[in-house]
Formats: sequence, C-alpha cells, structure tokens
Amino acid sequence: MALDTVSIAQETPDTAQPYKELGLKDDEYLRIKSILGRRPTSSELAMYSVMWSEHCSYKSSKVHLKQFGEKAPHSDALLVGIGENAGVVDVGQGYAVTFKIESHNHPSFIEPYQGAATGVGGIVRDILTMGARPIAVMDPLRFGLADAPDTHRVLPGVIAGIGGYGNCLGLPNIGGEIVFDETYAGNPLVNALCVGVMRHEDIKLAKAHGTGNLVVLFGAKTGGDGIGGVSVLASETFNAAKPTKRPSVQVGDPFAEKVLIECCLEIFHEDLVVGIQDLGGAGLSCATSELASAGSGGMNIQLEKVPLRDPSLSPEEILMSESQERMCAIVEPEKIKRFMAICKKWDVTATVIGEVTDGLQLNITFNGQLIVDVPPRTVAHEGPVYNRPIAEPEYRKSLQPISSAVPRPTSPEEIKSAILKLMSSPNLADKSWVTSQYDKYVQGNTVLAQPEDAGVIRLDEVTNLGVAISTDANARWSYLDPYEGAKLALAESCRNIAVAGAKPLAVTNCLNFGSPEDPGVMWQFAETVRGLADICLELGLPVTGGNVSFYNQTGSVAILPTPVIGVLGVIQDVRERTPMGISREGLELFILGKFDDNLSGSEWAHLFGEIGDSSPVLDLAQEKSLINFLLAGQSLFDAAHDLSNGGLAAAISEMVLRHGIGAKITVESAGIQLFVETPGRVIVAVNTANAEAVVELAQTHGVEISSLGSTGGDALCINDSVIPILELRAAFEETFPKLFG
Amino acid sequence: MAKIIVEVMLKPEILDPQGQAVGNALPRLGFTFATSVRQGKRFEIEMVGQPTDAQMADIHKAAETLLSNPVIETYLIKVEN
Repeated sequence: MALDTVSIAQETPDTAQPYKELGLKDDEYLRIKSILGRRPTSSELAMYSVMWSEHCSYKSSKVHLKQFGEKAPHSDALLVGIGENAGVVDVGQGYAVTFKIESHNHPSFIEPYQGAATGVGGIVRDILTMGARPIAVMDPLRFGLADAPDTHRVLPGVIAGIGGYGNCLGLPNIGGEIVFDETYAGNPLVNALCVGVMRHEDIKLAKAHGTGNLVVLFGAKTGGDGIGGVSVLASETFNAAKPTKRPSVQVGDPFAEKVLIECCLEIFHEDLVVGIQDLGGAGLSCATSELASAGSGGMNIQLEKVPLRDPSLSPEEILMSESQERMCAIVEPEKIKRFMAICKKWDVTATVIGEVTDGLQLNITFNGQLIVDVPPRTVAHEGPVYNRPIAEPEYRKSLQPISSAVPRPTSPEEIKSAILKLMSSPNLADKSWVTSQYDKYVQGNTVLAQPEDAGVIRLDEVTNLGVAISTDANARWSYLDPYEGAKLALAESCRNIAVAGAKPLAVTNCLNFGSPEDPGVMWQFAETVRGLADICLELGLPVTGGNVSFYNQTGSVAILPTPVIGVLGVIQDVRERTPMGISREGLELFILGKFDDNLSGSEWAHLFGEIGDSSPVLDLAQEKSLINFLLAGQSLFDAAHDLSNGGLAAAISEMVLRHGIGAKITVESAGIQLFVETPGRVIVAVNTANAEAVVELAQTHGVEISSLGSTGGDALCINDSVIPILELRAAFEETFPKLFG
Repeated sequence: MAKIIVEVMLKPEILDPQGQAVGNALPRLGFTFATSVRQGKRFEIEMVGQPTDAQMADIHKAAETLLSNPVIETYLIKVEN
C-alpha cells in the first residue's frame, strides 16, 4: 500500500486515475494537470474532485449568482456580505445578526434521520463560525405526495432528525414550511436555516493570515463519514480489500456540537483566533484550501497529526471525511496555550496540524512525505465555471388556463365543504404533529413561532430588541414563471416579516433545482436569480448569502423550481409584535390589497390536479406601500395575517383556528375570492375604536382596504355558510395524525 | 418453542455517539480495560415451534425493514430453543 506522493506523481505521469468515478470530466482532469504541470497525486485528485463538484464550486450557478453582487443595493446594515460562511447585518444597539439557509437534500433522502440532523448541525456551525451564538433554527421542507409510501419513510425520519439534533442543542425551531408535491418524490428538500447573534466587534472571518500562525483542528475525531464517493480512490488505487465500503452517511452527535459551540464562544470571547472555518462538505480539503486561499495562500499541513476515530483511513479519506462537529482555527503561537486550555476545559480534542507559511502553496505531508502541493486558490475559489446552455422549457408552451373542472363553490353547502376540503389537505392542514416534535421555546426568547407568519426572537432582555425571520417559496408560481415566482416568494417573505411588525433588512436563499445539464432547468435557474436580484435591488435588501442545490431530479423529471427565500427583519420592541390569531370577539376585520381571478398555481386548483397557465405579476409599488402601511399601523392591529397558500379561505380559517374565536365575513364572488391567491394581501383584525384610523392610514399609503366582517361566535361564517369551529378544527387537525400516526 | 435473537449493530464505520460516551465514561469510573465501546440493540422474539424456512425468510425481511436500518446498521439472527 504505497503512498502516492508528489515525487511519485512526477515520475509516473501516465498512471491511470479514476477521475471519472470521482465525478470529474475529461477537460477538468486535463485542467488539473495543466495547473500542477504533472498528474495529480491521488490526494490532490480527491481534493480537486470534491472541491470542483457542483455542491462546493457552484460551477453552473456562479455566472448567474454574480448578479447578487452586481445589482446589490447599497445597505448600511450589511457588515459582511456574500462569500463568507454567512452574511452579517447590523440590527442596531451594537448587535449584529447572521443568518443563512442551506440544503441537505440528498443526504436526507438516503438516511432521513441523520441527513436532516447533520443538516441542522452544519448550518449551526456556519453561524458559529462567524463569531455568533446560534439562537434559533427553521426548516423549510418539501416532500412527495403525503400518501406516497416513500414519503412515509422520509418524512418521519427527517422530522425526528431535525427535532433530535436541534432540541439537544437547545435551539428553538421557530418556523419553516412543509409542502407536498409529487415532483419531490425521491427528491425531498430539506433546507435548514440558522440565525445567530453577536456584538459587532466579535465578527470572525475564514482567513488564514500571519506566517507562523498555527492551524488547529478541534472537535470530534475524524472517521470515515460521508466519503462514499472517494472510496473508489482508496480501493482501486491502493487496497482493494478494505473491510467495508465507506459510508456516504454522516452521523451527527448534537451533544458534541453543543460543547463545541460553548468552547468556540469562549475562545472568541478571549479573542484567540485569527480566522476560523467549520468542516462541512468536503471536510479538511475544503477548510484548509478555503482558509489558505482567502488568506495569504501558504499553508503546511501534517496530515498524520489528525486524530482519527478509525485508524484504517487513508490520507485521501482523511482529507475527504465529512465527520461532523469539527472546526479548523488559525491561532497565533503565543495564544495557543490558552486556546488548548479552553478546549481541555470543554473536553474538546484539539490538535495543531500545521502552520501558515509565507509561500503560495498548500502543502500537505503524511509522515514526512509530500502528498499535496497545490495553489489553494485553484482548489477553492478558481474552480471551473460553466456557462451552461439555457432554453425556455417546452412545457411552458402547453400550459392551459384553469378549466371549469375546478369548482367555484357558491351555495352555503358548497362553500362549507370546500373550506373543509382545503383545510384538511396536507399542504394546509395543521402541522402540529411536526412542530410539536420541535422545541419552539427553549432559551425563553421566542416571541412568535409556528404557525405564525414569521418567527420572532428577542435579542435583548432590557431593550426588547428582536429579529423576525420568515422563509417562503411558491414553487408552482416558479414553475409557471420563475422570474415572477422568485420575486413573489421574496415579497411574500417580506410581507410575513412586516405582518409580524418587523422591518425587512436582509435576504438569504436556498435555490433548489433539477439538473443544470438540462437547459430548461438552467433557464428556470437563470430567471429565478434574475428575479431575485431585481427585487432585492428594488426593495433595497442585500442578499447576504445562500446555497444552490442542483440535481434534485429523478430521471428526466425535475422538481418544481423551488427558490426558498429567507428574510430577516428587525423589530425594535418585541412586545409590539402582531400575532396572526383572532384573540377577541367584536373586532372588525379588514382586507388589504386587490384581488384578481387568476387561480393558476393556487392550492385550490392543485387539489384538482391543475396548475394553470400564468403566475401573478408582482406589483412592487403596491407591495412596498403595504409593507409601509403594516409597519406604520403596527400598534393599531390586534391581529394580522398574510394571504398566501389557500388564499382568503385558508387565511381566515387559520386566524379563527388559532384561538378558537369565530368570524363572520362577507365576500362577493365566493368561488373566486375565497381561493384565488393574488399576492399583496393581508387581513387585519382591529378594535372598533381604531377602525377609522386604520382605514385612513391605508388610504394615506395608497393601499386598497375593504371591510371583510367581524370576529366572534363559535363558527366561521362566510356569507350564509356556517362552519362550526369544532368541525373545522377536526378537519384541520386530523390529517397529519391520520397520515403519519 | 423457539426464541429468535436479532442483534442490531451500527456498521463499524458509522459514528456511534452512545458507545463513545460509554467508552469515555469507563475510565472516569476507574475501569481501565476498554479501548473501544460500540453499543447496539438486541431483540428477543418468541414463537411457537421451530421456524420454517419460509418463516426464517420472513424474520430476515423483518430484521431488514423494521428492526434495523440497513443503510447504517447490520443485524445478526440466532435461533435459540
């Protein structure tokens, strides 16, 4: 079992290498050869292959994502932008908040529990890496049809994994979404968001500066987790008789992560690191090359010093391992003693594995033999970039308007049964079965959590400063028109923030798509990014970071384009937040915004298997006015709720069901008005004494307002249709327990 | 009457936080003999008579689908009388 060193690579230029099995294309392999001026060693090949993968290099998305930089609005709030582990925004009073959303889709399909759990662990470490204390998580999820057998394998595992990991860490899970659509069968989307808080002066960056500074690996020991792909190297090149094939499943240990969080925060508090990076996808390969590349370039690593859980790992596998709960820090030599003492106190294994040099190369040795000698930028930041072919997909030409097969209920009986049908459908039904598995209130700072429009967390116990976060996507609109769909998702997320009483401040996104090698999918992606960049510029909201997940596709069927948008807002006094539920009788109900009759993409049409032909078009001026109105009128509302999935029918049902207080509303054309999902609409519940002021305020802001009805009683009454709350609640609450036990 | 024993262990390459915790606790309590601990679970399933070949096939199927998670675990079946 010979070690493939740099000198061996120089002497044996013609050795065949399994680059194709590692996912590298012919031209990419040739490019590595030309960068190095020789064939790569197997360790170098492993590093390049994983760092140049779509997941790490963003090679298909980069040309589009640069719009987020080019069209970036000026924002005084942005302290750290795209490119770091997570963006950081200023929320005032000396606080900085960092938040980011990432996908863990493929691992969650293979092993739902561990896939989802390590998704939470990974995003929490990203936030920690910025110097922040993680304070809350959220999980937007997408699954195949609720009654499909594979959904019954994947969903319970994913929920238990998110709950298991997040609850052990003591982080409240304050929001997210669960959506079912058949295109997600075999491609579940498990996105994880984390938000963290720090003081401005505590921001940390992932850079390796200062010749002679030490590279420290700390946290869990390195095992064979998540290196399934790279096993081709080890087995084919060296040793065909490994005991077992390496797993592609990583197992998380939330208690180890909790200790790591506290250990890191103490280290940050004493200002003991120059730069820090967590180990996630691509493990040490990623951490070392990114730290070196973002810094001065030179770094020496002695790989045999890495503490191993499994002593049989080859150097290639150590470089690739995705063992969880590990961090890599750059520490000045005079501070290393204190650094180690803190790690010892927390019982965290810490090992100096190398040092920053004044050179330009990343050199990795194994027992004194040079096995990697590369310019780190070529690994981490200068990977291949593809301008993939783009073509408007064929399906768009055959889209049909919503047919008359989708009923428009008018009689009282029809309305009642339609509401019960809608509210018991999996996409709108009560999600308590899921959210009750998550701890929503741990740490005692949760102000609002699911099922509210936005999650709200208090940052400061004295001033009551808080942040609100919401995630949204409407994949059906994105399917109909990805440009508008992306804008509408972002607008909806902002509206959710404003409804709760917070001012939108910054955006993160997780763009989930099919294969980038399909020109139709690439067109959807390009249009989505263009839409997002445009609306962010128009609303003055910076994109602080995000994640792209491609290849969510089974055969030729891609998932619906699913750009999940997270918006962070700031609320000066969390005691002033507006909840969504009707909490009193005798309130007046108003609806803000206009509606049209386009049922395309609506949940109601979806229930009858139709998607329609066109998404709504965002009315930006109207959306801005509505947000300003909501913020200005915050103190006048008893409750406010955004109209989204399921339209007015779902919104009013949710407001009624929240506290079991009924409402009586009148609508003109029930068949359309109840189910259409025209964006830019909000219901507010207002004390009679404030009603006049609310109407005036809406008029001042140029927002259309009309009276909807009033609150009270033990039924939801729509025109002459009476739906007892007990009946509505039964329909709403029984779906998930029935489906998932 | 037969007793079917199904022992389920995490595959050797999969991280076992529980076993690791036990492994770390042993020396703290003065037990210095252990170099590594892996933790698994054991099922005892009773049945009337000796399992037929068809029943053994079913037991394997149950072990694969319900008692273990074949993505990360292995199982071992023993029959005791």
